[in-house]
Amino acid sequence: MTASPFLRPPWDNLNRQHQAVSLGMWIFLVSEILLFAGLFAGYGVYRHLYPASFAKASAQTDIVFGTVNTAILMTSSLSIALAGGLARARLPRLAWYCLLATLVLGAAFLVVKGFEYREDIDKHLFPGPQFALGGTGPALFFSFYWIMTGVHAAHVSGGLAAIARLLIASRNEPAWLSGGGSEEATALYWHLVDVIWIVLYPLLYLNGRTHG
Amino acid sequence: MTDAALPARPVPDYLHHGHTIWSWLSTTDHKRIGILFAVSITLFFTIGAVAIAVVRLELLTPAGDLVSDDTYNKLFTLHGIVMVWFFLVPSIPVTFGNFLLPLMIGAKDLAFPRINLLSWYLYLGGAAFTVATIIAGGVDTGWTFYTPYSTMFSNGAVLTAVAGVIVVGFSSVMTGVNFIATTHMLRAPGMTWFRLPLFVWAMYATSLVMVLATPVLAMTLLLIMAERWFELPIFDPSRGGDPLLFQHLFWFYSHPAVYIMVLPAMGVASEIIACFARRRLFGYAFMVYALIGIAVIGFFVWGHHMFVSGQSPYANVVFSFLSFMVAVPSAIKVFNWTATLYRGSIVFTAPMLYAFSFLGLFTIGGLTGLFLATVPIDIHVTDTYFVVAHFHYIMVGASVSAFFGGLHFWWPKITGRLYPELWARFAAVLMFFGFNLTFFPQFVMGYLGMPRRYHVYPPEFQVYHVLSTGGAALLGGAYLMPLAYLVWSLFYGRRAGANPWEAQGLEWQAPSPPPHDNFLTPPRVGDPYDYHPPEGPAALMDDAA
Amino acid sequence: MDKTRIWRLCRLPLLVWAALCVLLATTCFLAYVPMGRGNLPVSLCIAGLKAALIGAVFMRLREPNALNRLAASAGPIWLFIMFLLIGADYYTR
Repeated sequence: MTASPFLRPPWDNLNRQHQAVSLGMWIFLVSEILLFAGLFAGYGVYRHLYPASFAKASAQTDIVFGTVNTAILMTSSLSIALAGGLARARLPRLAWYCLLATLVLGAAFLVVKGFEYREDIDKHLFPGPQFALGGTGPALFFSFYWIMTGVHAAHVSGGLAAIARLLIASRNEPAWLSGGGSEEATALYWHLVDVIWIVLYPLLYLNGRTHG
Repeated sequence: MTDAALPARPVPDYLHHGHTIWSWLSTTDHKRIGILFAVSITLFFTIGAVAIAVVRLELLTPAGDLVSDDTYNKLFTLHGIVMVWFFLVPSIPVTFGNFLLPLMIGAKDLAFPRINLLSWYLYLGGAAFTVATIIAGGVDTGWTFYTPYSTMFSNGAVLTAVAGVIVVGFSSVMTGVNFIATTHMLRAPGMTWFRLPLFVWAMYATSLVMVLATPVLAMTLLLIMAERWFELPIFDPSRGGDPLLFQHLFWFYSHPAVYIMVLPAMGVASEIIACFARRRLFGYAFMVYALIGIAVIGFFVWGHHMFVSGQSPYANVVFSFLSFMVAVPSAIKVFNWTATLYRGSIVFTAPMLYAFSFLGLFTIGGLTGLFLATVPIDIHVTDTYFVVAHFHYIMVGASVSAFFGGLHFWWPKITGRLYPELWARFAAVLMFFGFNLTFFPQFVMGYLGMPRRYHVYPPEFQVYHVLSTGGAALLGGAYLMPLAYLVWSLFYGRRAGANPWEAQGLEWQAPSPPPHDNFLTPPRVGDPYDYHPPEGPAALMDDAA
Repeated sequence: MDKTRIWRLCRLPLLVWAALCVLLATTCFLAYVPMGRGNLPVSLCIAGLKAALIGAVFMRLREPNALNRLAASAGPIWLFIMFLLIGADYYTR
């Protein structure tokens, strides 16, 4: 009986390898949650200290861009989840196309973000000598806005690179997608990137929308 | 044509499985990666030691006459950064953990061998930034990078230093992920959780802390970079920021980090003490619970670093109470090690001498930790040499002692050679005396008011500093001796058998050194501490005769 | 390609996605409804619900795998520890 070509040492059982890769990725995801935790804590502290300023500053973010991006990312989560299910059901070609859709949607997220950043800079929303809003709270809010969205965007880029690698490696042999476990690991990572954005969205876009 | 007539070719050990430099640089063998790490951390230990040697020379006199203020600040900062992140945090896990974890559970390698190699390259990446920091003139903020000095006023190479720590932090996380997954998924048949050696449990507990704490440090340092490089207001008080937020985030990692540095040492101590007392470890289950307890409760106590920084008094009380709680599992372990020794047949080999060092010095360090956890006392001794002495008793007295103990204990397994026992015992004793001479005077002068991080001091403290520097010289000698005779043993030491200590543990069922796949025949799994005390009074009489 | 088989595979993920869209619209709408200090908890609860849906279905935590669930639970628990004890300082100043 020939061993699967996806089997890597030290594993001698493909199922065990899959479980281990999945567990390993989950542990890494927890570390990623703790990576963003510091940002959430800092945001929380300053929002607690400067509630009115934070509300005033948050109202300056573009809720259309933010909501559209949230929808894009949620849809990309759907497509990568479908890819996983289809791959496991031995429908690799459909899975490959779903993965491609995920890549396109993820890239669209970054493009929209690019437009949003340009608009933010035009409105002088980057803390510095040209900063549009007065007072200490707004500048602190926007420090966290730029850092949180920037670090998140870096994670999106990393995820896109991982998805692109999967697509390229399996382009001639889509069955490769259900092989060693890297498809599931990439999908888990992508879902976390989506979850983090889902928590960032209300913090950065939904505050200060009520007037009075 | 049958195989019967062909003689069996001997299986090469892991050191001879591939001879090129590339076979080492591209290895995924956990044993080789352990060696690669060992060489790297030894180099950085030397850098950190040289830095502090200059500091201790400067401190021989009350005047600031050897180095300038700036240089002095840069020296103790370099010492802290290098010793914490490039020596102690990796030390036992990436050397003994890497080498032994698969062996101890009966596996062929770690769960993710390529991630293991990545971990080493990340270490090198972080190390490169640190070297760049030195070349760029150094950083003077202290290893704690407190704001707003680090973000707004320091003229040192803060960004490169911080980048180095961020990168090496990811090395830690990768190791942690690997160890946790390995322990869950690669135990040999019959190796249940409560048959694991305590060293494996210690690696597991350490890995939990590495995975959960280190990312917070990465983000905190990233915030320093954002404030310094992009001038974004974050911790700047003149723009509404709170420097105490930095301290909360920094110490959320850095307190658990000290448990990253001590839990592995506890694991090593358990293995050595059981073996050389020839007794099963006392209270195995509670030792396990204590390891996990320390790892978890260690996350609740960080505010004790901030008692005088401006934290609310109520928070002070909460953190003080929780800090007392975290001492309980540590104390349980000390009692259990002691109980293991009771009525044992103790053999005073070098590893055992280091383990005794560990036990005594850890107890002193731990007790002084309780003094520091008491708010009224801490208000008096914070930022004095009392604190410096406390953490060196744990990090050097306990962790480094355990590292040397493990180095000697597993040297035959790793290299296939025996080291010269008498020289090793002498070095162990010298280390104990050198260590105490270096750091005990620091408790006294700290209590009397000598501040830390000062190189100009009132003359009444000079006698303590001279004792301390003298001790440091002895300590340095005690560290150089093993370097010399261990290297000597690689070429001229007696060859070791599979189990020169008659120890339990699956690693001793593999040849010394092990082959690439670790075991020639599948290991027999049983009780991890099946040491037998002498059978009955008759045997005792024979020994006494 | 058996169309019913594919539909059965895709049904639950699509349902979850639809729920996520409804929740997104809801949270966006509620942001404009004055609730005083209630706006933040409401929006975070909705975000938590969305995260739970993604975790349970897309990330397959609803499948019986104790190890993955144990690992995943560490994230929110440690977040809670961080916020609780940092809050112990800032809320008592």
